Amino acid sequence: MSFTNLMLTVLVIGALYFIAGQRAAFVFRSNGAGKLHSLPHYHGVWAAITSVLPALIVLLILLIGKDLLFQLMARDYFPEEILMGDTVDRAIALAKISNVVNGINFGEVEPWVQSAGDAWIRWEANAIIVANSLVLATSLVGGLLGYRRINPTFRSRNNVERVLTWMLIGSSLVAIVTTIGIVLSVLFESIRFFKLIPPQDFLFGLEWNPQFEGAERAGSGGGTATYGMIPMFVGTFLISVIALTVAVPIGLFSAIYLAEYATPRIRGIVKPLLEILAGVPTVVYGFFAALTVAPVVKSIGESIGLEVASESALAAGLVMGVMIIPFISSLSDDVINAVPQSLRDAAYGLGSTRSEAVRQVVLPAALPGIVAAVILAVSRAVGETMIVVMAAGLAANLSFNPLDAVTTVTSQIVTILVGDQEFESAKTLSAFALALMLIITTLALNYFALQIVKKYREQYD
Amino acid sequence: MTDRPYQGLDPQKAAERVAASIHLRKRKETRFVWLGKTAVAIALGFLVLLFAGILSKGIPGLFQYYVTLDLKLDAQQLDPSGQMTAESLAEGDFDGVIRSSLYQALGNPEGRKAKREARRLISSGSSQRLMNYVLDNPDQLGSTVSIQFAVDDDVDTFLRGLISRDTPEADRRISNQLIDYIDALNAQGRVSYQISDYLFFGSASRDAEMAGIRGALVGSILTLLVCIAIAFPLGVATAVYLEEMAPKNRLTEIIEININNLAAVPSVVFGIMGLAIFIVAFGMPRSIPLVGGIVLALMTLPTIIISSRAAIRAVPPSIRDAALGVGASKMQTIMHHVLPLAMPGMLTGTIIGMAQALGETAPLLMIGMVAFIVDVPGGVTDPGTVLPVQIFMWADFAERMFIQKTSAAIIVLLAFLISMNAAAILLRKKLERRW
Repeated sequence: MSFTNLMLTVLVIGALYFIAGQRAAFVFRSNGAGKLHSLPHYHGVWAAITSVLPALIVLLILLIGKDLLFQLMARDYFPEEILMGDTVDRAIALAKISNVVNGINFGEVEPWVQSAGDAWIRWEANAIIVANSLVLATSLVGGLLGYRRINPTFRSRNNVERVLTWMLIGSSLVAIVTTIGIVLSVLFESIRFFKLIPPQDFLFGLEWNPQFEGAERAGSGGGTATYGMIPMFVGTFLISVIALTVAVPIGLFSAIYLAEYATPRIRGIVKPLLEILAGVPTVVYGFFAALTVAPVVKSIGESIGLEVASESALAAGLVMGVMIIPFISSLSDDVINAVPQSLRDAAYGLGSTRSEAVRQVVLPAALPGIVAAVILAVSRAVGETMIVVMAAGLAANLSFNPLDAVTTVTSQIVTILVGDQEFESAKTLSAFALALMLIITTLALNYFALQIVKKYREQYD
Repeated sequence: MTDRPYQGLDPQKAAERVAASIHLRKRKETRFVWLGKTAVAIALGFLVLLFAGILSKGIPGLFQYYVTLDLKLDAQQLDPSGQMTAESLAEGDFDGVIRSSLYQALGNPEGRKAKREARRLISSGSSQRLMNYVLDNPDQLGSTVSIQFAVDDDVDTFLRGLISRDTPEADRRISNQLIDYIDALNAQGRVSYQISDYLFFGSASRDAEMAGIRGALVGSILTLLVCIAIAFPLGVATAVYLEEMAPKNRLTEIIEININNLAAVPSVVFGIMGLAIFIVAFGMPRSIPLVGGIVLALMTLPTIIISSRAAIRAVPPSIRDAALGVGASKMQTIMHHVLPLAMPGMLTGTIIGMAQALGETAPLLMIGMVAFIVDVPGGVTDPGTVLPVQIFMWADFAERMFIQKTSAAIIVLLAFLISMNAAAILLRKKLERRW
């Protein structure tokens, strides 16, 4: 029975138990066995839960446990030298076996690998039978046990609600599990990277040349691989600064205009239009930057006698700025609207003009929120990937010139990790170290923004 | 009050100074408003520029040039063994049929070079197209039919006027002879400019004229289905727990901090997690919509949770009190009253989250959905790609026609996004309740 069929069968058994449980409750009711504690359908749900839930848990354990067990069992086939060897050898041996199992052939297979693979296929076949019968038995027996407990005084509803509550709690734990998953996956590989490359070389190195890694290992010379992250962070910083130079004035002035001057009609039209900019996928911005903006920047630059790289930081930064405009404008808009009207009225009462009220009263009051919005925008710009991958180039120049091609943390991560990669090489691992730095940077920025809002927030009411 | 002489500015002078400054202050005011208006205008200008750029390239990309050929479908030539299956047709000489018809239309060119140039006119995928036609219409075998084939991408680019006749022959990608052939076909009325069926029904291809988005579109839909199946129940359950049941304790606080952190993590990091956990640690295959959907679900989870919480909070406490008052349990209150009332808001948030997931590229690159896959995925465990990744891949190809195809694919993607957002707005308008 395939996985889907097994699941369907379990669900059908659950449905049958639901009907049986509900029927039992109706029978109690019509027999005049006294008042039922719970409504009949709760009894049905109770019976269904006791049949489906344990079966699913058993299935999950079997799915996870199966491969671990087989890996242990496969060791009996390993020759002496692999058992003596380190973990990498064993991982390679397992990979060879799994190739045999999946029918992938890379030339000659060693006899022990072949026999281990054959055995694995046999175990696999047995495992399916065991898993099917075990899961079905659990669901039948579990349901029966639950069903047998049903009687007029049985507190089905409370039990069902308790299970539901635990499911809700379980769902909310997914957020924690995801965070842990992110941190662990990045942290482990980063630690392995730092074992190969000293952290100070990575953190303060001024050169980034991971592409020489292969040449270095092959011993063909041609250059040494270096893993200094400074050029990428400079590139990221440069592009973010350009983006903010575009986005902050435009976004902030738009927000002020929309919040303080625009009629409700204009506001109702312009605001959603600006939001469209936020909804455009980043790959579209990347395409636009590479195809339309970069050539324009290049030709303008060259017409005034400047040398512009065809993939310049300026083009990527400009387009990223456009992408961030709605982010800044809508956050600032909220903050400005949160400044109470009484402050403005007081300013008008003293004879100030509208712009004087905005500049001298409203903006200072809204400043912490605006600063937080800008910091969040920075964190957005630092983490943005597609625009820089498509428009900023890959050359790891240590340059502050916006007309040069630069590279960023995210675009290097993508370049290294797209396609097949060996998990043992420093080049691949360096992407994880970069990702770790990226996470630290963005989370620090967000924390910073939150603290500013918390510390300087004015309570008006 | 003691009478003290007024020591400040002379009122007369003060009034004069104010009067003198009014003009200046008014100017400042106008300048300020003008700055605001300019900012809005620039922002909207960018929007117009973006859309104009994409539409101007993309709308022509929805069309392409076809040449109509009259083909004599000879059963002996096309299906030597006469079984009419995909295997037996593979033996047939479809190229030959198309070629002879093409030569005939061009007045039977003489010589190898002339014939080679003639063959460059039509797409190299034409024989496949003819084979599919014969498979779909076996009864046409033996008759003469006219079928439209895409012209080669260079010819297409020439027909669009992007390659000039005046360029010296050595500098352009098509020869003088080829131009003569095109003119000849044009004179016979065989060349037509139509909505591209290759774009919508073709799969990934290195040949620009045959490339289509069908595989990517199906991949996107499968990925989104996985994503919504995971993210919606998890998000709603989390929101319900946090809003309605969670005690104010350490655990709740940690959950809330984690949700906010997840919302701040760059999307590419979710891809790295997917790569390290699902592909390397769990050994799931690369490029499959299942893994893509899971990764996108985890990424959109914070969006859904936050909007669902807002929707639950908007349900007035009186509803809960009334339900509790007539004897409902806590869980019944939530399931029977709070959830149905909060559902429109939750659905709106989910649609917006799905729109975000539909446009996301970077995390899917990490889990290998960037592979070149010709087959349309038939399920969530078949390798596939998605629309934004397809756009990313096409944007890298050098052929001029790919620029149009990429822009056309972007138009399709934007159409999906806009209709999803419109649906969210409509849903909110229609089902929203004011208390």
